[in-house]
Amino acid sequence: MSFRRRWRKSVNAVMLSVTGISALVAVSVLFFILGYLVWHGARALNWDFFTKLPKPVGETGGGMANAIVGSAKLLLLASLVGVPVGLLGGVYLAEFGGRTVSFAVRYATDLLNGVPSIVIGIFAYTMIVLRTRHFSTIAGGLALGVMMIPIAVRSTEEFLRGVPHELREGAMALGASKWKTIATVVAPAAYRGILTAVLLALARVAGETAPLLFTAFSNRFWSPGWNQPTASLPVMIFTYAIAPYEDWHQQAWAAGLVLLGLVLATNLIARAVLSRGVSMQRS
Amino acid sequence: MAMERAGSGRGPRSRSLVRRLRSGDEIAHLVTFLFAGSILLIVGLLLNELWVNSALARHKFGWSFFFTRVWDPVFEQFGALPFIFGTLVTSALALLIAIPVGLGAAIFLAELAPPRISDALAFLLDLLAAVPSVIYGLIGIFTVVPLLREYVEPFLKATLGFLPLFQGPVYGVGFLAAGVVLAVMIVPFIISVSREVLLAVPREQREAALALGATRWEATWKAVVPFARAGIFGSIFLALARALGETMAVTMVIGNAPQIAASLFAPGYSIAAVIANEFTEATGDLYLHALIELGLVLFLLTFVLNGLARLLILLTARRGGAHA
Amino acid sequence: MRKFLSVLLAGVLLFPLCVAGADTLLVNGAGATFPYPIYSKWFDEYHKKFPNIEINYQSIGSGGGIRQLLAGTVDFGATDAPMTDEQLGQAKTKILHFPTVLGADVPTYNIPGVAGELNFTPEALAGIFLGKITKWNDPAITGANRGVNLPAADIVVIHRSEGSGTTYIWTDYLSKVSEEWKTRVGKGASPNWPVGLGGKGNEGVSGLVKQTPNSIGYVELIYAVQNNLSYGRVRNSSGTFVKADLASVTAAAAGAANSMPDDFRVSITDPPGKSAYPIASFTWLLIPSDIPDAKKREVLVGFLRWMLTEGQKHAAPLAYAPLAKEVVEKEMKALAQIR
Repeated sequence: MSFRRRWRKSVNAVMLSVTGISALVAVSVLFFILGYLVWHGARALNWDFFTKLPKPVGETGGGMANAIVGSAKLLLLASLVGVPVGLLGGVYLAEFGGRTVSFAVRYATDLLNGVPSIVIGIFAYTMIVLRTRHFSTIAGGLALGVMMIPIAVRSTEEFLRGVPHELREGAMALGASKWKTIATVVAPAAYRGILTAVLLALARVAGETAPLLFTAFSNRFWSPGWNQPTASLPVMIFTYAIAPYEDWHQQAWAAGLVLLGLVLATNLIARAVLSRGVSMQRS
Repeated sequence: MAMERAGSGRGPRSRSLVRRLRSGDEIAHLVTFLFAGSILLIVGLLLNELWVNSALARHKFGWSFFFTRVWDPVFEQFGALPFIFGTLVTSALALLIAIPVGLGAAIFLAELAPPRISDALAFLLDLLAAVPSVIYGLIGIFTVVPLLREYVEPFLKATLGFLPLFQGPVYGVGFLAAGVVLAVMIVPFIISVSREVLLAVPREQREAALALGATRWEATWKAVVPFARAGIFGSIFLALARALGETMAVTMVIGNAPQIAASLFAPGYSIAAVIANEFTEATGDLYLHALIELGLVLFLLTFVLNGLARLLILLTARRGGAHA
Repeated sequence: MRKFLSVLLAGVLLFPLCVAGADTLLVNGAGATFPYPIYSKWFDEYHKKFPNIEINYQSIGSGGGIRQLLAGTVDFGATDAPMTDEQLGQAKTKILHFPTVLGADVPTYNIPGVAGELNFTPEALAGIFLGKITKWNDPAITGANRGVNLPAADIVVIHRSEGSGTTYIWTDYLSKVSEEWKTRVGKGASPNWPVGLGGKGNEGVSGLVKQTPNSIGYVELIYAVQNNLSYGRVRNSSGTFVKADLASVTAAAAGAANSMPDDFRVSITDPPGKSAYPIASFTWLLIPSDIPDAKKREVLVGFLRWMLTEGQKHAAPLAYAPLAKEVVEKEMKALAQIR
């Protein structure tokens, strides 16, 4: 009996520490990635990286100014697609939707959320690139925009539902119509949550590479307007990382550091926005 | 009720449409409905594009597309088997590594760690989940692959070399590399969903077990985990769906060779990776359609897995709710 | 607030238009990675000469260049595998081949402890890439390399993962020297490889060779030179082991220079000649004969003219062989076909 007890106790101790170690290992990966990128990337980060165009193959120096601007343009376009559809679609689900339509929309959203990014790339290629006969910022931006939609829809719905009923009822009792109530009372109450959702969605698509490979393509120069191929940070990291040139590797690390920095910073900001908001019960 | 109103723009009542719209509510309803409907439209278009643009390959190869192991653009013979194999093997390998670690960490966070530490760690894991896949690929190429080639694979070969799994030349890139990188990528997903599911298990479950004299571990493993089983499976399916569709990181470390090999050291290819590499240069239409059919396969696979995952998570949530 | 936001949005949307300037002309091309170093040099120099002209060239592989040109998504393509008649037939307008420079595929390897140049017989190369020769100390390799201490290590074969003209040249050569290769694998931009792992582009293959001990791959000469990779001599049809360089590549093209067909599609692998390097090739720009946009047409014709004259002097420093005088003259005449 006492042996069995001791055995059980030691199993307990061992397994509990194993779970602790698992958690530690999982979390330490983040610090490893961060540290590694800083270690390699910081050396290659300089002013040129942010202000110069890439050099011809095999020559050292140059930067990724066009890719940084390209990524910004792509994200802007993505938000123009993803945010309105996401927000208004979310409002529909939370406030107006009937059972059947809502079910279909929710289902489609989940489906879209699960679609691998490379498949979204195919979609944008056959829909836009083949029809306009142009690799373009627009095609890449739309592909990223489509990827933003599901995150934005579901979080908007969730946060709108989280707004206490008393608020709505109060406004309605004062004679406000439903949409006025939503616009002036419900939406502002959920505003921080929704902003968080948009930021998280942006952070997610900012690092997407696969949908850009054959939509935004790439460009060694500045991309004028919206209807021309454009460089972007993730695609540059990919091309530079698989190439043999030492200098390109350095720049890939630097670009990785910048990209990861932006993504993590956006995540942190998003959470800061949320936590400073009114205390809200999440559904 | 609401359904009827959604359709109010049409039918016999349309005469009063303008007046009804003025009320504002109807406009808001209509506008939001249109935007929500556009999501349906996008998904419909997506499926349609994949279906129409894979017609040539579907007609030419039929079901044999999935069982043929030749991928030969020169003679226009396309079989998806090596890619399906590569996708499944790397994903399975990733799960094999990620499930124990993920589940262990989730148990620690949900059951053992003080709430503040648990929240802090969960937050860090959410950040980890946000790391773009191309960065995993970058680290995969320059860190994981050399490590595997120099130390891990020779070691496995020396100790477990009698198994066909660990034989043959050591490349560094290959199934094992892709599996390891994928594992790291999906662990945060398993942890964060499993943790939520475990936290949703009613307190009485573990208290009852503890009261009966179970150790902490026994209470967790025999009372709490079984209760949350469906949800944990759900988290695993979600992670699997993500692993199957993962493109960049896999492309960078899998070795890009369309072959079926018993050895984990061998280079392989995955569905997503072959699309990423060959899509822009598929010279013939049949070639392009074969690649798009691969995209369709990927879409359907992840679709089924996501559906299963959500169902399971929902089931656990219901169960927890019923007891609470 | 709302007004401010919309002004800001409009400003951001229009901003790129202003920066680019009204008269900047961007021409997009894509294709072969084989000549990418010289092309990016050329387009860079040309941009310096005419700052308002930007020629964006993406090295996605020859197959990609042909595909995207046929799909009409780029203004011009580039390839080192001449287009087949079938592919030319798919094009909506006639597509012209313009040879730009000559380059060579070299067998490049990374064997720890072996620093010198190895000699490769055609049989050894075919055997390695067929997967029949699997160890570095195989007699087929050591036989041609007396005195070199080759390890008993597994050979890691590295090839291209996408449709590639470099691959086309390589397999074109192997098909000429190995009957088994010809029947089992054949020549093509993306054959069904019997063995090995794939890298994306000449860049990717060089990267993998550099990273992987005991590996062998094939890349355009400049990639081996720029990255300090070892590359071997190959035995030519006269039985001499020749190293790829300006002289041996030029020698390989000597025959073709005089008998160049009118459409410039010609293979110069395994040529006669004692000093000729056997795995060399022209590389081509693919230009549609009918370019409706007058400005783009002007840019492309202007660039081609510059490339054929002044541009050729950039070739040698990047280890490409410049074109022979006869070929340049013939191309100059062909320029008139672009309308």
